[in-house]
Amino acid sequence: MTDTTIAPGTGSAPAPGTPLLEARGVIMRFGGLTAVNNVDLTVNTGEIIGLIGPNGAGKTTFFNCLTGLYIPTEGQVTYKGTVLPPKPFKVTQAGMARTFQNIRLFHNMSVLENVLVGRHTRTKEGIVSAILRGPGYRREEADSREKAMALLEFTGLARKASHLARNLPYGEQRKLEIARALASEPGLLLLDEPTAGMNPQETRATEELVFAIRDRGIAVLVIEHDMRFIFNLCDRVAVLVQGEKLVEGTSEVVQADERVIAAYLGTPYEAAPGSTADAGSGADAGSRADADSGSASDAEGTIPEEDEQ
Amino acid sequence: MTETTTTPATAPRPALPLPETAARGLVAVGGLATAASAFLSWTYSSSFPGDLTVTGYPGGLQWVTLVAGALVLLFALSGYRIRGLRWLTPGGADGATVIVAVGALATTWFTLIAIADELGGLANLTSGGWIAGIASLLGLLGALGLPRDRTESGEKNPLKRILAYPGNRPDLSPAPALPAAVELLVIAVAVAIGLGIFTFGIDTSYGELFGGFLIAASFASWALSRSGALGRLTDITGRHRVYSAVLAFVAAAVFPFTQSNDANATIGVNLLIFGGTALGLNVVVGLTGLLDLGYVAFLGVGAYTAALVSGAATSSVHVTFPFWAAALTGAAISGIFGIILGAPTLRVRGDYLAIVTLGFGEIFRIVVNNLDGVSGPNVTGGPNGIPNIPDLTIFGFNLGNSHTIGGITLGRFANYFELMLVFIAIIVLIFSRSSSSRIGRAWVAIREDETAATAMGINAFRFKLLAFALGATLAGLAGTVMAHVNFSVVPDPFVFAGPVPPNSAFLLAAVVIGGMGTVTGPLIGAALFYLLQAKLQFLQSYQLLLFGIALILFMRFRPEGLIANKQRRLEFHEDETESAELSTAGA
Ligand SMILES: Nc1ncnc2c1ncn2[C@@H]1O[C@H](COP(=O)(O)OP(=O)(O)O)[C@@H](O)[C@H]1O
Ligand SMILES: [Mg+2]
Repeated sequence: MTDTTIAPGTGSAPAPGTPLLEARGVIMRFGGLTAVNNVDLTVNTGEIIGLIGPNGAGKTTFFNCLTGLYIPTEGQVTYKGTVLPPKPFKVTQAGMARTFQNIRLFHNMSVLENVLVGRHTRTKEGIVSAILRGPGYRREEADSREKAMALLEFTGLARKASHLARNLPYGEQRKLEIARALASEPGLLLLDEPTAGMNPQETRATEELVFAIRDRGIAVLVIEHDMRFIFNLCDRVAVLVQGEKLVEGTSEVVQADERVIAAYLGTPYEAAPGSTADAGSGADAGSRADADSGSASDAEGTIPEEDEQ
Repeated sequence: MTETTTTPATAPRPALPLPETAARGLVAVGGLATAASAFLSWTYSSSFPGDLTVTGYPGGLQWVTLVAGALVLLFALSGYRIRGLRWLTPGGADGATVIVAVGALATTWFTLIAIADELGGLANLTSGGWIAGIASLLGLLGALGLPRDRTESGEKNPLKRILAYPGNRPDLSPAPALPAAVELLVIAVAVAIGLGIFTFGIDTSYGELFGGFLIAASFASWALSRSGALGRLTDITGRHRVYSAVLAFVAAAVFPFTQSNDANATIGVNLLIFGGTALGLNVVVGLTGLLDLGYVAFLGVGAYTAALVSGAATSSVHVTFPFWAAALTGAAISGIFGIILGAPTLRVRGDYLAIVTLGFGEIFRIVVNNLDGVSGPNVTGGPNGIPNIPDLTIFGFNLGNSHTIGGITLGRFANYFELMLVFIAIIVLIFSRSSSSRIGRAWVAIREDETAATAMGINAFRFKLLAFALGATLAGLAGTVMAHVNFSVVPDPFVFAGPVPPNSAFLLAAVVIGGMGTVTGPLIGAALFYLLQAKLQFLQSYQLLLFGIALILFMRFRPEGLIANKQRRLEFHEDETESAELSTAGA
């Protein structure tokens, strides 16, 4: 099969905007392990890009390289044409915000306070004005609260503004992470498995939410295991397997790619779906198999990942 | 998250199988008799301090028993659902009754045992003493027969089971607001009672009385918290923040006027210095979650700076700053030291930070000891320190002299007490405003999850440094007053652990036991620790041991401290609140 990777951005028809994020040749090694191997990825304005791959493929590690939590061993990440400094707070300042696979809320702060923390980079009142509480401070604080409440409204959490984050049910915690990230007024939002642990209705709602976010002019890069979610949402999908980008393309292209199916199912099962798989059933098989592999490896996967963001 | 296995929500049985009416009657009678017994003579000999030989009038420790017995009666009557009293017990009267009954028994028996011990045998007790002991026991027996209104939390540890007997603090939704005038009155009464309790505690002139007082006060506050009364009060003060704060400061300012001599003002001013410093440490430990074991050094920097610019003859810097300038200089230099020490140390996290700060705290003391003109340049006067620091004159008002205001004479320490109170007000204002701002949210975010905080755009290092600097500044501010209060500044007090506060360990304990992240917690913690060591002098040699034991017990049974900020309470007792909620839902 020919390489289906679409040359991103430059000129080709499906690219809706100008390049926002460009990762070039990103390599991340942990000792002998190469978790991310020479990955290129471009996200354009107005796009929703999916990043899929089996557990341990290096998706989260790649996110960490993009957001400055890890300093890539090699490679370069630019946002709006400037090279990103490898410091998470500067990345957020530049306009990229993220959520975490293992929810990392500020558990003992209220829902509203969590979102207010997200406003941090877009506010600048310092300690002196916080103590003096002049009109400038009060205006900024009121503005922050208003914007934060609007985001809670947007994500459907407004009723719970004064609850402690830790007391929210799982699905709402994920939503709160998204609201908190949006509070930093990003140009690009990175979501790491936003529907993990959600029931089907919640997943549908999250789909709507991601579309709504895109409609606000925010590009989205999303890691997800739910194939229906990914193929419904994404303009392009990149597949990461063992740290390398295997395929990148539209949903149709990726669903049809035999290597993706093989990577998800593992070789022993290659014949298992039986029929001479056309694109549709192939994707189904992929989605089902992933659900299995996801839940099976979750138990062991979550614990070591806890400290790796 | 995970399913919590909850025991079925059946009401647990009381410890004694009494009919409910009998139990209620017994508590009420026991409480009344306990209170009444305070008017009897308890011993033949007046050599026990406080003179408990008088019939017809309570003395010394009998006052404590009187109040404890009255509280038992009060809660018992509230158990009868008498209208006005129910306001005291929105979370149920019976659990609280058990607590006060234990408190009344403990403080009464403590007195009786102290009499027998000091005078040589039980023969020294008169029949009045025996009546007091039996009455308080009857009250407790009745209380143990009262129905229980909470489920057991399935606790295995026997000590925890006993502590859980009266049930957990209720998690009540805020009560509907009363008319504003009533609420303001309630706050005023509460503040006045608080002042009364504090004054009684600080006035106690012998260790036995303080011991009995402490027992009764502890159980009474536990009971009020269990009954939900304190929660109600917190809701009300929360609705009138400024008013409550102003009233509390007025009450504190009135304190020296209730004193006939300067001795308790000395305790008061040192207590305030300790409390103000603890509040500064609270920025670092409570809000930002950084364990600083060398914090007292910043108090030292402030004290030394103020001493150097005070115009003392022994100062190596021959300048005399007006006090406002000296205070600002001390605070600023201390803040700069905070940055200098923080910049290298804050690059390490957790336990490492604790060890490095411990080291820096010791370095401060050693350096100050050696800048004596022999081992190094003469800056601090070495072990002799800087003595003979002149008294302050503010608006032509010499704080070293006694002044008579409204017929009441305020001595030197009372003057400094009032000055330090102004400083406390400033520190409280700075603490509460910064903690409820963008800056404070960044600190708490770092405490909660540093990685997530940086991913939200917070420059964690910079904000940790800011917390360190602000904490140091506040300690420095307190230090400038300390220099003048104590006449001299020497290196000795600025150690990690010692028998006398403030030292780093006591400061940390005041914050942790008082309640991290709150304003009142560290102040109450500081008051408790200061009074304990000032009043229980006979414990001097065991003090650090007892201190260690208290710390361990607290971490085991009440990790959120005395004044729990609601958030931390939920954090530490999540499972218990859950089961409590279940039980109320089931009932
Ligand atoms: N900090 C780290 N140190 C060592 N190995 C790591 C670290 N972070 C991730 N890895 C490894 O990199 C690989 C990719 O992990 P990850 O990016 O979490 O996968 P995914 O998100 O695709 O499931 C895994 O083998 C994981 O163990
Ligand atoms: Mg992952």
